[in-house]
This record gives sequence, C-alpha cells and structure tokens, in this order.
Amino acid sequence: MAAAASAGYAVQHLIDPEICIRCNTCEATCPVKAITHDSRNYVVDFNTCNFCNACIAPCPTGAIDNWRQVAKTTPFSLDEQFSWDSLPPQSDLEVGSDAEVPAEVRQLTEIATAGQGGAVAPPWSAAHPYVNLYSVDRPAIATVTGNFRLTGDGASADVRHIVLDFGSSAFPVLEGQSVGVLPPGLDPNGKPHHVRLYSVASPRDGERPRYNNIALTIKRVTQDHQGSPASGAGSNYMCDLKIGDAVQVVGPYGTSYLMPNHPGSSIMMICTGTGSAPMRAMTERRRRRAALKEGGELMLFFGARRKEELPYFGPLMKLPREFIDINLAFSRETDQPKTYVQDLIRARGKDVARLLRDESCYIYLCGLKGMETGVLEAFRDVCRDHGLDWDRLKPELHAKSRLHIETY
Amino acid sequence: MSVNYSEKIPNNVNLSEDKTLQRALEHWQPEFYEWWSAMGPEGSHNFDVYLRTAVSVDRDGWAQFGYVKMPDYRWGIFLNPADAGRKIHFGEHKGQPAWQEVPGEHRANLRRIIVAQGDTEPASVEQQRHLGLTAPSLYDLRNLFQVNVEEGRHLWAAVYLLQRYFGRDGREEAEALLQRRSGDADNPRILGAFNERTPDWLSFFMFTYFTDRDGKFQLCALAESGFDPLARTTQFMLTEEAHHMFVGESGVSRVIQRTSQLMKEHGVEDPARVRALGAIDLPTIQRYLNFHYSVTIDLFGSDQSSNAASFYSSGLKGRYEETKLGDDHVLKNDTYKVLELAGDRLLEKEVPALLSLNERLRDDYIKDSIGGVERWNKVIEKAGVAFRLRVPHKAFNRKIGTFAGVRVSPDGRVLPEAQWQANVREWLPSEQDRAFVASLMGRVAEPGKFAGWIAPPATGINRQPVDFQYVRFN
Repeated sequence: MAAAASAGYAVQHLIDPEICIRCNTCEATCPVKAITHDSRNYVVDFNTCNFCNACIAPCPTGAIDNWRQVAKTTPFSLDEQFSWDSLPPQSDLEVGSDAEVPAEVRQLTEIATAGQGGAVAPPWSAAHPYVNLYSVDRPAIATVTGNFRLTGDGASADVRHIVLDFGSSAFPVLEGQSVGVLPPGLDPNGKPHHVRLYSVASPRDGERPRYNNIALTIKRVTQDHQGSPASGAGSNYMCDLKIGDAVQVVGPYGTSYLMPNHPGSSIMMICTGTGSAPMRAMTERRRRRAALKEGGELMLFFGARRKEELPYFGPLMKLPREFIDINLAFSRETDQPKTYVQDLIRARGKDVARLLRDESCYIYLCGLKGMETGVLEAFRDVCRDHGLDWDRLKPELHAKSRLHIETY
Repeated sequence: MSVNYSEKIPNNVNLSEDKTLQRALEHWQPEFYEWWSAMGPEGSHNFDVYLRTAVSVDRDGWAQFGYVKMPDYRWGIFLNPADAGRKIHFGEHKGQPAWQEVPGEHRANLRRIIVAQGDTEPASVEQQRHLGLTAPSLYDLRNLFQVNVEEGRHLWAAVYLLQRYFGRDGREEAEALLQRRSGDADNPRILGAFNERTPDWLSFFMFTYFTDRDGKFQLCALAESGFDPLARTTQFMLTEEAHHMFVGESGVSRVIQRTSQLMKEHGVEDPARVRALGAIDLPTIQRYLNFHYSVTIDLFGSDQSSNAASFYSSGLKGRYEETKLGDDHVLKNDTYKVLELAGDRLLEKEVPALLSLNERLRDDYIKDSIGGVERWNKVIEKAGVAFRLRVPHKAFNRKIGTFAGVRVSPDGRVLPEAQWQANVREWLPSEQDRAFVASLMGRVAEPGKFAGWIAPPATGINRQPVDFQYVRFN
C-alpha cells in the first residue's frame, strides 16, 4: 500500500456492493475486525484495516478487492459505505482491473508465465501494484532523458539502457512490472503498431531516486527466433531514440512478478540477456535500502554469450560480495568451456538447496524460453542431491508464490 | 491401497499420527474414488480444471489455484484452529467447556445430525453430474466443477467426524453415504430436495443460490455446536460454501441481465417474443424461483419440532449467529411467532421458542434470501425493464410442516384446490417451461464465449481474465 500512498493521500480498502453476495466470509476472516455489515452492505473501517489482505483470497466474488485513493483526513465513512448501491467512480490515479488490460498484453503475459503453470499470486509482502493507469487510447507521454549502450564495442548485441521521464504525469511502478510502448506510425499492413512490452529495470522510487523516471533494458532485434535477419520495429525504434524524444507509454502491467518486502526475505534471481531488467530493479531496490539492515540474501545467476554482452557487467562487479552473491555464466567466451546458468546452479547446489528450503526465499526467472527447462532440470538435480523432492517442492513453491517465471 | 497422508490428503488433524483413522480411511477412500468415478461429473475425469484447492486453513493455504484433473483433486480434512478455552454457549450445558469427544448421551443425535448434513454433499454432486455437458461457458463449467469437488470435500469432512468420533457405527454411516443415490427409488438420499433433478443450468443456479444457502444456515447453526470438532469443521466449510452461493447469485443475475438487455434492445415484453430471442423470459425465472425457494424452505423441517428443541437444549445445534444474540441462550421462558392455518386464513401465533427453532432458522434464511433477490431486481431496474422478482409466501407449495398440502398462492392467500389448479401454471415451472429452458442448453467450449441466454461475468476467477482457459478438455 505504501507505494500508492503519498503525502496527504491514502489508499482505502472498499467492498463493491454490486458484486458482493453478503456471504460474511471476509468479516469472519478479518483478524483485526475491520469489516462489519448492516442489512444492506459489508464495509471496511478505514481506521482499523491494516492491509494484511487476509480477506482477499477467501472472497468468492472479488468484490473485496477494491481500492480508492482518498484524502487521509476524509476517507469514506462507514455510514457512507452502508448507503452505497455501487462504488464511487475511480479517480484518475487508481488501481485498474485486469479486465482493462489490452488483449495482446494479456496474451504476452500468459505466454511468458506459462512455465510456472499460469499466473501465481505475488509474494505476500509485495506492495500493491498500480496497473493500467494508461491505455492505448490514452497513453502517457514520456521524454527520453538517457540512452546508453550497455554492451561492449566488440559485442554483437546492441543492448541499451533507456531512461524515460514522465514529467508531471503519475506513472508509479514496482520492480518486476512491465510497461508498454507504442511505436509511432503504422506497421507494414497499414495498422497501428501493437504494444511492445518491456520490463522495468529501475526501482519504484525512480531510476534516479525521487525522480519521476524509469529505466528500460532493450536489445536491438536484428534476427527472429529462428535466426533469420529481421528488424524489430519496437526495439529499433527504442534503441534509436534521442534525448528529448517523446514516447507513448501504456500500463503499468503485472500483479504477480513482484518482489517480497518483508525483512529477512531473500531473492534468488536467474536471468539471461535483457531478462536482467527486473533483477536490476530488485537489486537496486535492495541496495538503496541496505542501510536499513533488513536482512535476507540476494543470489544472482546471470548468463550471456560473453562478458562484453552482459548488460550492467561493470556496475554489477562493483557491488560488495556480502550484499549479493553473483554467479556469471558465459557460453561463448574464448578459451573457456561453455557454461550456462544451469551449470552454475548445480555447482552451487548446496546454497541453492538451502534457499529452496528457506520459506522466505523467492525465486525469479527471466530470459529466453530456452533457459527455462534447463534451469528447472538443474533444480531437480540439486534437490535430488540434497534430500529434497522437486516434484513435491515445485507445487509448494508455486502455491506459496515463491517461484516466478517470465520467459519469452 | 497405500496413502501418503500428508501429501495426498492435506489435513490439519494430524492424520499421519492417527493409525485408527488411517485404517478407516484406507478402507473408505477407494470406495470414495469409485463413487466419484461412477457418480461424479460425467465424462470429466481427464479434463484439466482451474480449481481452488485448500491445503491448509491459514491465509496462504486455503485457496490455491491451479489446473487439476478432478480425480486427482486433493480432498483434505480441515478444521478451523481450536480455541482452547471455548465454552458451550447455549442450552443446558451453557458455560461448560466445549466437548472434544462425543458425550455418550448425545451420541445418537450427533451422529444423526452429521449424517443428515453429510448426505446432502454427495447428493448434490449426483444431481449435477450431467450439467457439464451443457455448460454455457468454460467459466461456468469450471465453477460447476469447483462446486462439485468442494461438495466432495464436505463429504470428507463429515466422514472424518464419523470415523474419528463414532467408531463402528460411524464407519458404517460413512459407507452408507456412498451407497445412497439421489433420486433412487430404493435407496434415496435422506432429504427431499436432494432427490429432485437438476436438469438445466437455470435449475443449477437456483439450486446453488437457494439450496446451498440452506447449507449455509445449517452449517452456521452447527458451527455453534458444543461438540467442538463439529463446530470447527463446519466453520471451515462455510468459507467454501460462500463460493457456491456466489455461483448461484451471480449465475441467476447474469441470466436476468441477458434477458433484460435483449428485452430492452428489441423493445419486447411478451414472454413468447423474449423466448424467440433465445432468452429465458422473466416470468419463467420467477416460476423457477418459486419452485426452488419453496422446496428449499421445506429443508428446515417442521415448524414446531421437539427434536430441534432437544438438539438445542443439549448444546448440539445452535441458532444462526447464536453468539451475537442478546438473550439468555436457554430459551425456556421465551416465545416465538409462527404462522398457523385458521380456516382459510393464516394467522400468527406465539409458541414456545424452544419448539420453534426450525421456524426461526427458516425465517433467518428467508431474510438472507430476499437480499439477493433484491439485488437481482436492481439488475432488471438498471436495464430499464418494469418487472420485479419476489420470493413467494412461506406457506406456498410446502410439503413439510403445518402447510404441507395446504394450497396457498405466492402472495399468501389460502385457496381452494380448483383455484390452485387453475393458476399453478403461472406459479410453478410447467413441463413446457422446463422443455424450453432445456432447449437452450448446449455446451459452449470456446474461451471467452458465452451461450446466448446468459451474460458474461463481471470478472474472472482469481483475477484471471474472463476468456481464460478455465477448463482444458485434452
């Protein structure tokens, strides 16, 4: 919730009287007795609700999952809520619903998360994300304030770090969320370009702390999945952006691939290439809060062809070992055997097993579809070698929202 | 058959340590699977269904979503967490600690209560077993299956109580629960409404709205029980029951929404013309409502019952929201108003409160039912159609209690037989009504598509989109 609240404003939890069936489950579930009812409506007491979200999953209708931004001094009173036939309209800066997510974004998300067996809930301590603040019909306009090449001169891949500033438009994001970009003009069929989705590479308080900007990690696409030459309209548009250019941005999207926030929570990150974007965001979030000494470990497995092609190699190497346990796998480095992330996971089996066992460790995979099977197989091997049963553990990880996969 | 107790049967009753219960379950579980395969949802055993499974009773465990083949559903045994200091708070044992084992003198009555409740669970699965073939969407098909597997779990809950606390008779009762069959002439289910057919989806939605709500009130009354394991079992069942009522309330609501929308779009009101548009006309919906409502309120039993009084006084079954009520919780000197037939009129009469507990629970149920009907009326009103649904008078079409066999119109007038016969076609679904509704039924299996007689839901399940692939047929 904290992410949504700003000075003078707060998020208020409300129940939609049009959808609620008055089954009393939420009232029976609420550990702090924030929910009550009269003969008409079930309502939430603003002053009592502590956003523990215990009521969300048991609600059979989804009526419970409603939030409004209100002035802290004048939230909706119980009497007001009792009198409602429907919820008050959303203000401009509101949590959207999945129903409003463009079909193509939904489709991309479904493909990306197929490996984990469909959508999972976010970690219990994830912050509540804003989604869908800007639609294709009403995109936000961002200004390019940075565009740097991340990969070395000798590298074949052109991976770029692009910074977008939203000026006075609100565009709150959480680490792990994505945004959509609408390239201008028309595609070869004369239709407007479809939305390109990019994972945010910066933490929630901005690429530059307390600035209204975000960073994206984008690789210039020069060939298709089969290796034939192809020029990606979206990535080339993005990679060619100049400082000061205006970009149409939609979203944000994503309610599941979010980081845990509770003290002592650990994060295992496994990525290749631009799959590093959400990992950078989470790492940076933790780095900025390191002084708070909240505990928990970071363990990173990061794969690329060669050192020069590994985005953020330089800054990554400057992070202290005690802050993050970095494992880099290069598959095309001259004079070295081909190494993949799954090889390193096996090599670090003991620590990996320890984190797999650790209920407060959350695991994130992001990168090419091809890595998924290898990584999951490596987990299976590690489990076997360390007295765990992967077939039992995987559904448990899934059930506890501890395994998050986004591959493309 | 060997069973991995912690994995296969998620539970919080320490099953892996309880050898007696394990042996009983080892015997019963294969019979349950046989029953499911013979009487569970027809032709569904290989489908992947996006189901909610409870793996524990805490916040993170009780609603786990994922694709499951129904025969692999992890039917578990869950009791709400115990409250060590819990006291019996009504009846003659008021103030005494709640029982953790069955008191000998109440054994027969408790068993009878648990069997009567438990019998409804497999019964409704049997009643609904053909509906999957005509589901109006994948979303609805998934909801049907969710209801079915959870009714199965509620059967497990009853069987756990019988096997754990009632020894040999309990084990025999547990087996009998799998042997009775809904609608079977020789070995029917115990309660009338559970031997009726659920032939179409309008009936299913009405059943889940009205009849599963009876389940809610019975469970709420049992959740007050002085027998602590029963109270804790039913408390957890209530969280699941909520979904069943949601399926009913939103299902009927979506039918009404679609009908109202078509009426407005085409400017028609005549039921025949509404039917010609492929929608279920509102008077037919009213007749279905009258039927399911009246059949369901019979389930609460006789309006004056010495059994109910004894269940209450001995602390076995409380009233709805017993703990929230402000009286002495003994009721020896209290009275309650019930309706009686006096000539051709219905008059209120004060009777001892203890004897009228069934009637009281029925009245609480009626109040709760009316709320949802009013929400359906809002849907009609919002569409700009002039029509209101009403629940019929509580003496209408009753088969049990004072009004059994008395002819009473939906607005509460006592009628001579001839007048009843002349009008019954307007009040209860006729064969033609049922045939018409049946003619609309047909499976819609494409994600995001809905049959023409029902509107899509406002949101999907577990924040999934409405066009999510809720069921994969394989």
